[in-house]
Amino acid sequence: MRKNGVKMIKIKAKDVDVFYGKKQALFNISLDIEENQVTALIGPSGCGKSTFLRCLNRMNDVIDICSVKGEILINDFNINDKSCDVVRLREKIGMVFQKPNPFPKTLYENVSYGPTIHGMAQSKQEMDEIVETSLKKAALWEEVKDRLHEPGTGLSGGQQQRLCIARAISVRPEVILMDEPCSALDPIATAQIEELIDELKKEHTIIIVTHSMAQAARVSQNTGFFHLGQLIEHGSTDKIFKNPDNTKTQDYITGRFG
Amino acid sequence: MNKNKEQLLNKRYKAEQRFRLYGQSAIFMALLFLTIFIFKIFSTGYSAFQKTWLIVPVTFDAELMMLEQNPSKEDIQDADYYDIALKSMADLDLNANEDQENELKRMVSYFFEKEIKNELLNDPSLIGKTKEVYLTASDDLDQVFKGNYPRDLPEDQRRVSDYQLKIFDQLVANGKVESKFNISFFTNADSREAELAGIASSFMGSIFSILVCLMIAFPVAVLAAIYLEEFAPKNRFTDFIEVNINNLAAVPSIVFGLLGLGVLLAIFQLPRSTPLVGGITLSLMTLPTIIIAARASLKAVPPSIREAALAMGASRMQTTMHHTVPLSMPGTLSGTIIGLAQALGETAPLILIGMVAFVNTIPGSPMDPAASLPVQIYIWAESAERGFVEKVSACIMVLLGFLITMNLFAQIIRHKFEKKWS
Repeated sequence: MRKNGVKMIKIKAKDVDVFYGKKQALFNISLDIEENQVTALIGPSGCGKSTFLRCLNRMNDVIDICSVKGEILINDFNINDKSCDVVRLREKIGMVFQKPNPFPKTLYENVSYGPTIHGMAQSKQEMDEIVETSLKKAALWEEVKDRLHEPGTGLSGGQQQRLCIARAISVRPEVILMDEPCSALDPIATAQIEELIDELKKEHTIIIVTHSMAQAARVSQNTGFFHLGQLIEHGSTDKIFKNPDNTKTQDYITGRFG
Repeated sequence: MNKNKEQLLNKRYKAEQRFRLYGQSAIFMALLFLTIFIFKIFSTGYSAFQKTWLIVPVTFDAELMMLEQNPSKEDIQDADYYDIALKSMADLDLNANEDQENELKRMVSYFFEKEIKNELLNDPSLIGKTKEVYLTASDDLDQVFKGNYPRDLPEDQRRVSDYQLKIFDQLVANGKVESKFNISFFTNADSREAELAGIASSFMGSIFSILVCLMIAFPVAVLAAIYLEEFAPKNRFTDFIEVNINNLAAVPSIVFGLLGLGVLLAIFQLPRSTPLVGGITLSLMTLPTIIIAARASLKAVPPSIREAALAMGASRMQTTMHHTVPLSMPGTLSGTIIGLAQALGETAPLILIGMVAFVNTIPGSPMDPAASLPVQIYIWAESAERGFVEKVSACIMVLLGFLITMNLFAQIIRHKFEKKWS
């Protein structure tokens, strides 16, 4: 989104290096992410795009041997700083994973889990509202409103993924990270999710990792191309797909490698 | 070339057929042994659930009992039953001499006097009257009636004399010998008299031990497992701990018995022969089993669930307590039950901490002396009397029943509550 023609930057990564043990996975990544836009991260398998995504909500902390260097500023606050509390951070930055991973609990419990642990609802009624709005925003409400108390694992793959999106937006995060959210889904479910992403960007900043060039072209406004742990090129999706500066980018999007 | 291929094909088919045959015979062997084992135990043990009674007319002669007119309850309680008891047995053969009268007395259980007394306590109006009373037969006659006693041995090698057999056969012919379900096997504590010995003390002892074991081992093991699996850093020290937990699971149980003896009894001066000490000792044994089971079921929770919770902003503790632990509980619980079933069958450590003592009272708390089922089997198996042979098998049947129930329970928990991952 532009305010008075100026790009609003939500996330600013500066010289990010990531190591798995002694092996360096990301080299000197600097990338600005615009607010209320969809940024797609593309690149061949193992290029580090998922690793970068996981830096943004510090999910790499879970991996013992993983270490992250450099600055990642979100709202001008460095999340790699010691004073950053990951729980607060992840409340603001939601995540949707490659494989739908609903909790083996009811639909209602899946969506209400986040608001519960963050104390966002004062009453049962308020919670019901949060669950309903979240499911509506995730375009799932009409399909499941009669079976909110059935297990979330009983849904189809596409519904499960939308449930995971509903779960992620239930705490009203500022940013949603999506790690190949459609790779386990069929084309119809994929189309639904893509439509949803377009809708969600009005309220959230979205960063999506995808293997599908077509998907990146369809849903994103900005694109970053990763290769072998380096950010080769980034810019508006239009430019990256029509007129890339780098020949590697050109080769990748035209399907010459990757 | 083609022929060669055909040969190879045939060879492959034959090899598979042979392998199937080996597998089937292995299963057949295992089943055969199991069947023999169970058949042996059942065929020896089933008769212990029956008890032989002699029906003897008893005359409640007030004079012989030293009872006044209109006796109170206390008087009846304190009366002398020895003489009427002796007399009613002696009356079975009016021509008996003194030696024979003695033999007649030994045809019934050592405590037959008490059985006569209970009869009168239940119905004080019997004073002065004659009633046919059920008296527990001596263990040898019990075995004779069940057909477990070799009657064709020479008399001097038998504990039952020809005279006793003669009278017994007369009673059988007159229908004065009856076999009934042996309630006292379940309600009596151990006894030196085989016909009176029961498993109540050892059964309660086992239950108390298992409860103490559960209350100590379960929380400690589950906390240890959760910490090691979810919180502890993975380094050399935790590897070392892991190796040693596995080692602990392999330590022979008697070593834990020695530990119980040396630490719990000698240093902490806990009461000897009690389920408390037994349970603590068994909990040391069960601990590694539960830790290993709990860690395995924590590991089986897919990492995607942890990631989902963490990404929602759940702290590590919340992720563990809200998601991982509840999801791992079915596995942990069934592992716990299997660990407890192991502990239930343990004998050696209990012998060392003194639960092998002869206990003829039923324990009311874990602080009372008690035996346990496997130790009871051991005690009875060592006894010389023929009457204990069937008791050993019967006790094994009870223990096996207990174990099978527990394992069944573990299976049910596992199947019913385990989540299926999509």
